[in-house]
Amino acid sequence: MSSFITVLLDGLAYGMVLFIISVGLTVTMGLMRITNVAHGGFAMVGGYLAAMMIRAGVPFFPAAILASVAAGLVGGAVEMTVLRPLYRKGELAQVLLTFGLTFVFIAGLTLLFGTNSQAVPLPDYLSGSVHIGFRDYPAYRLFLIATGLVLAVFLWLVVDRSLYGAKLRAAVDNPRIARAVGINVNRLFTGTFIAGCGLAGFGGVVGAELLMLEPFYALKYLVVFLVVVVVGGLGNFKGSFVAALAIGIIDTAGKFFFPNISAYFFFSLVFVLLLWRPNGLMPAKSAA
Amino acid sequence: MTTLPTRSGLAELSAQGRLGLAWHALPWVLAFVVFYMAEGYLSLWTNALIMILLTLSLDLALGYAGIVTLGQAAFFGFGAYAAGLFAIHVHNDPLIGLVTATALSGLFGFVTGILILHTQGVTLLMLTLAVAGLLAEWANRAYEITGGDDGLQGVRMGPVLGLFRFDLYGKTAYLYSLAVLFVWFVVVWRIIVSPFGRSLDGIRQNPARMRAIGTPVWWRLVAIYTISAAMAGTAGALSAQTTRFVGLTTLSVLVSGTALVMLMLGGTRRIYGAFLGATVYVIVQDYAAKVNPFYWMFFIGALLMATVLFLEGGLMDLGATVRKYWRRAPVKKP
Amino acid sequence: MTATPALSVSGLSKNFGALAVAQSIDLDLVPGARMGLIGPNGAGKTTFVNLLTGMLRPDAGSISLGGEPIDRLKPEDRVRRGLARTHQINTLLNETSVCENVAIAIAERDRIAWRTLRFGPQWRACLDEAQDRLRQIGIAEVADRRVSELPYGQQRLLEIAIALALKPRVLLLDEPAAGVPSAESHVIHDVLEQLPADIAILIIEHDMDVVFRFAREITVLVQGRILTRGEPAVIAANPEVRAVYLGRSVV
Ligand SMILES: Nc1ncnc2c1ncn2[C@@H]1O[C@H](COP(=O)(O)OP(=O)(O)OP(=O)(O)O)[C@@H](O)[C@H]1O
Ligand SMILES: [Mg+2]
Repeated sequence: MSSFITVLLDGLAYGMVLFIISVGLTVTMGLMRITNVAHGGFAMVGGYLAAMMIRAGVPFFPAAILASVAAGLVGGAVEMTVLRPLYRKGELAQVLLTFGLTFVFIAGLTLLFGTNSQAVPLPDYLSGSVHIGFRDYPAYRLFLIATGLVLAVFLWLVVDRSLYGAKLRAAVDNPRIARAVGINVNRLFTGTFIAGCGLAGFGGVVGAELLMLEPFYALKYLVVFLVVVVVGGLGNFKGSFVAALAIGIIDTAGKFFFPNISAYFFFSLVFVLLLWRPNGLMPAKSAA
Repeated sequence: MTTLPTRSGLAELSAQGRLGLAWHALPWVLAFVVFYMAEGYLSLWTNALIMILLTLSLDLALGYAGIVTLGQAAFFGFGAYAAGLFAIHVHNDPLIGLVTATALSGLFGFVTGILILHTQGVTLLMLTLAVAGLLAEWANRAYEITGGDDGLQGVRMGPVLGLFRFDLYGKTAYLYSLAVLFVWFVVVWRIIVSPFGRSLDGIRQNPARMRAIGTPVWWRLVAIYTISAAMAGTAGALSAQTTRFVGLTTLSVLVSGTALVMLMLGGTRRIYGAFLGATVYVIVQDYAAKVNPFYWMFFIGALLMATVLFLEGGLMDLGATVRKYWRRAPVKKP
Repeated sequence: MTATPALSVSGLSKNFGALAVAQSIDLDLVPGARMGLIGPNGAGKTTFVNLLTGMLRPDAGSISLGGEPIDRLKPEDRVRRGLARTHQINTLLNETSVCENVAIAIAERDRIAWRTLRFGPQWRACLDEAQDRLRQIGIAEVADRRVSELPYGQQRLLEIAIALALKPRVLLLDEPAAGVPSAESHVIHDVLEQLPADIAILIIEHDMDVVFRFAREITVLVQGRILTRGEPAVIAANPEVRAVYLGRSVV
């Protein structure tokens, strides 16, 4: 029983990391209709930068925030320069370009930092454990769960309740009309892209214990991030939250209970799920 | 009468007369020139031939039929393991092994195609990734069969047709690969100029139109996916037979990515685009990788991005693209 | 009339969520019929065509073509049995030449589209027939141009040429002149006048003059339901029709 709860908590923590990283992707793919396979690269950039700053003496949280901002800015630069010309081109061009971008991320970080994996040292108060009734449990994972929940609620409020969210949904439903009523669609998309990449960067930092930072990070976890988005339903914010948690728990459980076949288990699950529901569990046309 | 723009490879291929035929002989003549000139480098060129074959297979599925896949490695690796295992456990005749591996890869493509080609877009992309991922996971786990991480060792090949041994200089390997490539090239050519190929070209452009004229779109896609998989399987099998080794990397997404890069670099739907792209890639990589493989990767990534943004038709269209920008440059925006 | 109808529809229904776009529609087309289908925007006319061709799956009802039920057939098989359509918004192979757009349809009709061997003479025959058909419809001079280079009006004609090339028994024309400047639309209407007499045709059209000239019978669709049907003169005089339709959207 206690191992069951441990697996559940571990899975939740992992799922929250997946959610934080993927939520930006669900926006870019579902709302802006850009098939972006480079998203993991932004998480990786965030993680690397934070690792570097922490090694240089910057405390954990400031480093995490700064790294997320930097990842967001890299994302903004990418969106404005190379992605914007692709909005009206087909999916193939988008896949190719972002795939090339992934290569650039991988090679760039390797040239700068080498092929070794990067550790993001945790502050003391996160590296200990907390007693949770029946056992001691790593504080770090509890922190992940809490952070994920807070972010999810916050994002839900933003997308569902704010003027920004309303504008975003309008722009997605019909960019032409949105433009006509005075919404600056380009700026809106750029801003959203920056936010999504910033969140990915943040996820890269706080999730570094679970998704190890190494140059091929962007390709290695690509499938997982995409799965969250697709299974959740493209552009479906709540869907990707549920999908991320479900995948986190299922994958963790698979690794715990069937360590030898967990990867099969994961891929087969993805396979069956996508064949059964090609548009995800909760297909949605617009945000929230 | 206006002619079609160069972009339409189909019209071009079918419109060329006898003069075109001489043009088409060029790559093969060059291949023989390489054979006599590139002594000591033949294994590199053999690899180039194999990559051309892989790229050509991707051109069929992605270039012509518009199946956006990142899973071509699944078939390349499948063919490689099939050929390697066949040589070890069943028979060491290269041709029998090659045909077997090709057929099995085709079958694998058929089965997965039937399953996944109902879907489109990102879902399809993910499914192609998942197929390759599943297979890679299997190869990694099944240590007893595949050698896992260490790769499949001890592939020993008999002589081709019972006559030509694989020699130390790689001459047999080169000519054998060239011959196989030629056979597939003829098949591809027939396909793309045929009504079948034209229907694929139509499906890529507008599936709804094709449905409205009564095209069984899904079956056509399954068919070309099968052929493409068989072809990629042949490429993998050649790789296994000529290097006598199969590694896990044959199944990695990097192989799929490389094939994509080579195809885009050369130009899709141009048949020789695959030749040009793969050759340039393999040769330049050989030089660059000696310096630092990650410089190369950086360069390839940037190149891929530049190709998408500025050189839509790939190197095959370089002339036309340059002219286009040249002409456009002096014109000021209104 | 006792002849088997070329197309027979009964009880066809379809909902998009809460929106009923087809409500128990019955319709028969005799061979050689010229039926007009009119109704305000969003009445469900295009949806009706999509239900017939199998692009959409109906919730209820049955469809038969030449007396045979086709409900379970895939869209492509319905086409093969002789049910062709044109699209309200051009649906063409834009990167392909005009002539090949038609030839590919002919190849599909003649069941040679699977071929990769020994197709030369047949394919040439397809191209020749395509040329003829383009000539008949008056766009032979652009046969070798890419579709995307054509003015919209000629693309509309190509839509019709492709559908005709399938030698259908039943032809569904979804606003054949939609999007064409009214100064040019007469070209399309002239083509309509000369369609083979034996094909049963259902035409959706907003220009009342055209419908009233072309159709021998008119069905009025409002909110997915057939309001009334009858001869053009009767329909034109029907006050209900005037109220829901003519009064509102006809210019
Ligand atoms: N796939 C769909 N999902 C949901 N609603 C749809 C879908 N397709 C059409 N509709 C709705 O169904 C209704 C009927 O649409 P349809 O296109 O059949 O009308 P129409 O009679 O052809 O109109 P028009 O004269 O503008 O062409 C419209 O309200 C439309 O918004
Ligand atoms: Mg309509």
